[in-house]
Amino acid sequence: MNTTTKIVRYELRDVLRSRALIVYALFFFGLTDVLLRFGGGGARAALSLMNVVLLLIPLVAIVFGTIYLYNAREFTELLLAQPVHRRQLFAGQYLGLALSLSAAFVTGLGSALALHAGDDVDHLATLVVVAASGILLTLIFTAFATLIVARVDDKVKGIGIAIGLWLAGTVLYDGLVMLGLMVFADYPLERPALAAMIANPIDLARVLILMRLDVSALMGYTGAVFEKFFGSAGGTALASLALVLWTGVPLLLGARRFQRKDF
Amino acid sequence: MIRITELTKRFGPLHVLRGLDLEIAAGRVTAILGPNGAGKTTLMKTILGLTRSDGGKILVDGERVSDDPAYRSHIGYMPQIARFPENLTGAELIAMLRDLRGADAAIDDDLIARFRLDDQLRKPLRVLSGGTRQKVNAVLAFLFQPDLLVLDEPTAGLDPVSSGILKDKIGEVRDAGRTVIVTSHVLSELDALADDIVFLVDGQLRYTGSIRDLKRATRQLSLERAIAHVMVAAEGAVA
Repeated sequence: MNTTTKIVRYELRDVLRSRALIVYALFFFGLTDVLLRFGGGGARAALSLMNVVLLLIPLVAIVFGTIYLYNAREFTELLLAQPVHRRQLFAGQYLGLALSLSAAFVTGLGSALALHAGDDVDHLATLVVVAASGILLTLIFTAFATLIVARVDDKVKGIGIAIGLWLAGTVLYDGLVMLGLMVFADYPLERPALAAMIANPIDLARVLILMRLDVSALMGYTGAVFEKFFGSAGGTALASLALVLWTGVPLLLGARRFQRKDF
Repeated sequence: MIRITELTKRFGPLHVLRGLDLEIAAGRVTAILGPNGAGKTTLMKTILGLTRSDGGKILVDGERVSDDPAYRSHIGYMPQIARFPENLTGAELIAMLRDLRGADAAIDDDLIARFRLDDQLRKPLRVLSGGTRQKVNAVLAFLFQPDLLVLDEPTAGLDPVSSGILKDKIGEVRDAGRTVIVTSHVLSELDALADDIVFLVDGQLRYTGSIRDLKRATRQLSLERAIAHVMVAAEGAVA
């Protein structure tokens, strides 16, 4: 077994026992269960769940991630004083965090789904897409957490940046895009709107889920363009590439900083 | 054991180490002393590879401190602040480090018995008191019978009995031929513990040598007074 796997194993054990993570899993279990019970069908449950997933998962991943890593700073030093490569430790810390957050989310959502397995839920595939989006957002925003902690030494400032990034990605970005769409309403905006959606992982996840539901018809002509784009092989590839870049770029930048950092 | 040449380190505008040349002898306890900000911690962290120097080189047992972490398999480190993953138990922490070092590493867990830590190691580290965590910290540093021990304020936060146990242990590994580097703010403690001192001021070496020689040269009985003598003499020379 290599060093990174060993670090991941112990970090999983530590994070999965933390109270916050147990609450996180229970929350998604309760929410999914209530939505499937009273929400009126799988499609509407998926839609409501989507809204919570898109808002909450980036927040939890980036804030929990930064706080955990800042608290582990002294332990990080102790591990670096062992015969361990820095990149092995960095990879181990990232994977341990991302895997345990994903596991808590999937366990909560999955066990609620299993509970309703007999009810013949429609749009089960859409619910699976919601779960997959949640995992991808966890991977992306945990990567940002590792980047922030590698670059910023001040804990308070780092957590501030984490919350700022979350606000920018969820609220601010959509506001600016809407503003742009309104100002340039007289022009054909399908392509710029498409680009804007791909450039933000949260919006991209939203579009990918909505495409699976009938509500995309509500988006009119733009919806049709989106459907055509994401229905095509090239569109899917581009969307996947965007998600990979959103994970890979912050991780690479973080790893580079971690490699040279003075502890 | 350790040979340091021309070591320099800046943190932004702060010149923490200014071309330090130093040798730390094997089989002895060397205390690193100096006022706050003199570069003690930076020097230790550079030896451990936690901090990267801007210039100069460090040889530990002939091996150059570099990106290859292999040389650290002969080093035990006890950091000043004992903070560990909250939800792991002490036993799991020990198991983790043993995993990382490899199964064939020789183990010295004699401090666990001497500190009577057995029961505490079964509890999550978050519920342990600061002193108990510091004992776990000490256990980890000595665990792999390292040839070089780097101890940053090892007795801080320990009760007198535990502090005595730790000091005895330091003496024992020294007598077994291993090298110990230690910092402490309690000079009277170092008087009995250390053989040599390295006295840093502003990132430069002010004095290095054995404590006995220093006392003889300054005609003082305690390390505290001898150090004070060196500092006053240096100020006099400047004035």
